[in-house]
Amino acid sequence: MKAIESEQMKENAENFCVGDTVKVFFKIIEGTNERVQVFEGLVIAKNNGGIRRTFVVRKISYGVGVERIFPLHSPRIERIEVVRRGRVRRAKLYYIRKKVGKKAKVKELIHRKNA
Amino acid sequence: MLGLIGKKVGMTQVFDAQGRLTPVTVIKIEGNVVVSDRNEEKNGYSAAVLGSIDKKKSTVTKPYAGQFKEVCEPKQHVVEFRDYDREVAVGEVLGVDIFKDISFVDVTGTSKGKGFAGGMKRHGFKGGRATHGSKFHRDIGGTSMSSTPSRTFKGTRMAGHMGNERTTVQNLKVVRVDEEMQVLMVKGAIPGPAQSVVIVKKAIKK
Repeated sequence: MKAIESEQMKENAENFCVGDTVKVFFKIIEGTNERVQVFEGLVIAKNNGGIRRTFVVRKISYGVGVERIFPLHSPRIERIEVVRRGRVRRAKLYYIRKKVGKKAKVKELIHRKNA
Repeated sequence: MLGLIGKKVGMTQVFDAQGRLTPVTVIKIEGNVVVSDRNEEKNGYSAAVLGSIDKKKSTVTKPYAGQFKEVCEPKQHVVEFRDYDREVAVGEVLGVDIFKDISFVDVTGTSKGKGFAGGMKRHGFKGGRATHGSKFHRDIGGTSMSSTPSRTFKGTRMAGHMGNERTTVQNLKVVRVDEEMQVLMVKGAIPGPAQSVVIVKKAIKK
C-alpha cells in the first residue's frame, strides 16, 4: 500500500554517484514566469530513500562554499547532467568542506577501470 | 455533515503543484455501507449509520448481526453521522469520491497511548535545569498556595495517564483523493498509529 503511494510520484534515473560533478537544471518560478537555473557542483551526499531521496551539491561561488540540497524526485528539477565522474571511497564527502585548494578539492576523476 | 470511516495507512510526502514537498497522511477508505438511516419521524433526528470493514463470522453475535440483516455482511466499525449532507439509501456503498469537492476535513481517532507520563511531557511544563548542582529536574513544582487555601485545587495539572484517548484534528487540507486506490491524502498528521481506524468528516469550521 505504502509502496504504491511513493512509487506513483517517482521518476526514474538516479544517474549519478557521490563524487560526481553534476549540472542541475532547476526550474525557478518568479512571479508568473518560469526560468531554468543551472547549479553546477560536486555531489557530496545522498540521503533518505523513496520519494524523500535528496542529494547535496556543493560548489565554490566567488570564494564562498555553497551547498544546496535537492529532492531527487522534485518536478522542478528538469534534468541532471553529469559533467564528470569522480573516484571516491566514501559515501559522504563532508571532509572536503574543510579542505582548501588542491588538497582533495580536486577529486580524482575518470579512471573507472571496471565498468 | 459528511463523513466516512477510514483506516490510517501511514505518512509520506508528496510534491504539490509548485513542486514543494508536502507531508501527507494516507487514509484508506474501504467501502462504507449505509447500514441504516435515521429520520425525524421515527427517531426524532436525522442521521446516517455507516459500517466499514467486514467482521469475522465467528466473532459476530446474533444480536450484533441483526443490525446488518439483509443489508450487508456484519461490519467491524459502525458509526452514526448526524444530519448527513447527502441523500443516502440503505445498502448504498460510499467511497472516497464524496470528498472530491471538499478542501478541508476533520479527522477523529484514538491517539497513541503514552502510559503514565510526567508533567513535562503531558502538559509541557518546563522543569528545572539538568546540571550545575540542580536537584530539580523534571518535577512539576508547586501545585498550590499556602495556608489559604491549604489544599490543591481540583483539576490541577499533574502527572498521569496520557494518550490513548479520542482526539480530533481539525481543518486538515485534502491534498489528493484517489478513487482507484480508495485513498484520501490529507496534509499533516492525524491521531493514532498506522492501521488504526479514524473518522473523517467535512471540516465544521471551514
